[in-house]
Amino acid sequence: MSELLVGTKKGLFVLEGDAGGEFAIVTRAFEGLPVEYAMRDPRSGRLLAALSSPFYGPKIFHSEDPAGEWEQASGVALPEGGEQALEKIWVIACGEADGLLYAGGDPGVLFESRDGGASWELNAALWEQPSRAHWQPGGGGLCLHSIVTWPGDPQRLAVAISAAGMWLTDDGGQSWRRGNDGIVPRYLPEEALADENAGRCVHHVERAPRRPERLFMQFHGGVYRSDDAGQSWVAVGDGLPSDFGFPLAVDPADPDSAFVIPLVADMDRVTPDGRVRVYETRDAGASWSARGDGLPAEHAYLTVLRQALACCGEGPGLELYFGATSGELFASPDAGASWSTAALRLPPIYSVVALAG
Amino acid sequence: MSATGSHPRPQATSPPLLCLHGPLRTLAGGAEHRVGGASVLELVRALEDAHPQLRGWILDERGRIRRHINIYVDGERAEERTPVRAGQRVEVLPAITGG
Repeated sequence: MSELLVGTKKGLFVLEGDAGGEFAIVTRAFEGLPVEYAMRDPRSGRLLAALSSPFYGPKIFHSEDPAGEWEQASGVALPEGGEQALEKIWVIACGEADGLLYAGGDPGVLFESRDGGASWELNAALWEQPSRAHWQPGGGGLCLHSIVTWPGDPQRLAVAISAAGMWLTDDGGQSWRRGNDGIVPRYLPEEALADENAGRCVHHVERAPRRPERLFMQFHGGVYRSDDAGQSWVAVGDGLPSDFGFPLAVDPADPDSAFVIPLVADMDRVTPDGRVRVYETRDAGASWSARGDGLPAEHAYLTVLRQALACCGEGPGLELYFGATSGELFASPDAGASWSTAALRLPPIYSVVALAG
Repeated sequence: MSATGSHPRPQATSPPLLCLHGPLRTLAGGAEHRVGGASVLELVRALEDAHPQLRGWILDERGRIRRHINIYVDGERAEERTPVRAGQRVEVLPAITGG
C-alpha cells in the first residue's frame, strides 16, 4: 500500500491505496491552510509539512502521525531586522547524512536541519551571494524549488531557483557556483543572454540516482539534460508537443529516463489539445513517447504545478502520481503505461509526494 | 462581558489590553493580555517576549505587521508606529484579504 502526501490550497491530504486500485483519504490536516509541500523522512518516519498561512506566514511543522499533533519547527525565518521576509517554503528534501534535511523557499533561500527537521538554519553562503540583488523572480516568486543531493555524498548538492538558475556546491553549502551553461532562455533578447544574472527560470530538476552526474531539467521553455553534475546542459525537448511545463520525474533505476507533463506554453499553461498526457524518455531525451492510457483524452485543460508529479518504486513497477490544480489526482502502477484516477475533487493541488508501502 | 454583551473598557490607568484571535490565542495561552508599550510595535514585541512561540506569527522578519493581519486600537486601524495609551484596547485580527 502506498502513501500519498498531497499539498493543496486548503490543507494536507494523506491518501493510502494501491496504484492502479482505489485510494482513500485517511487524514486531512491544516484545514483551510495552503500546504505547499509535505514529505515523510524515510529514515525516521517523521512527517514534515510546509505551510503558507496568508495570515501568519510560512512555517514548517513536523509530526509522527498526520492525524495527531503537529509541532512547529524553529528557525524557519530570514535574519531579523533586514529588508526581506520569508515568503514561502517550496520543498523539503532529505540530505545524505543522518538527520540532515534541506528546505528551499522564497526568496531563493536554502535552510538546513541537522536534527531531523525540528530546527533549521539559513544557509549563509547562498543568502550572502553577491549577485543576489540582481536575481529575478519567476511568476511564482523567487523560489528555490528543487534540491537534488548526490547519493552518499553530503558535500555535493544542486539547487534550482526560479529565476536565478542552478547553483552547485561541492563543500556542503559553504560555497556555491552557477550551473547554467547551455541553457537558452528564449524569453530574453539575445543581447541579454551573456548576463548571468538575467532570469534563468528553471522549473524543476531531478538527478539520476544511479548515475549522479546526470540531471534532467524542465525549464521555462525547454527540457535539458546535464552529464556533468549540472555545470552544463543540452536541450533534449525535441519530440515533445511542447517543451513548456513544470514538473519532472525520473525512474531511479534508469538514468536515461525522465517524465514530463507538457503544457501548451507560458501564455497558456494547460495540457495541449485538451488531452492529458505524460511524456517519457528512455534514451536520455533523444526521443519521447506519450503515456496517456486512462488519462482524460478530450475537453481536459489541466495545469500541473512543479511539485505535483511524484514517483515511488522503480523499474517496471515504478509508481507515478500527479495532481492538477483542478483537484484531480492520477496514479499509474506501471511507469506510466496505464493510469487511473486516485482522487477526483480535492482542492487545487500544489504538490504530491509518494511513499511505497 | 457586560449585561449588554459589550466588552468592559479597561481602566485608563491599566496597561493596554491586547486581544488575540484564532491560533494566536492558543499560542499565547489566552485571548487577552495586558502588556506595556507606547506603540503597537512595542506591544507586540512585549507579547512575543512573554510568549516566544508567537515570534513570526504577527510580525515578519522586517518587524512589519504581516500583510493579512489587521491591528485595531480602540476600533481604529493601526500600524506599527501607532501610539498606544494606557487603557486602550488593541485587537489583532486576521484580515478578510487573506481568506
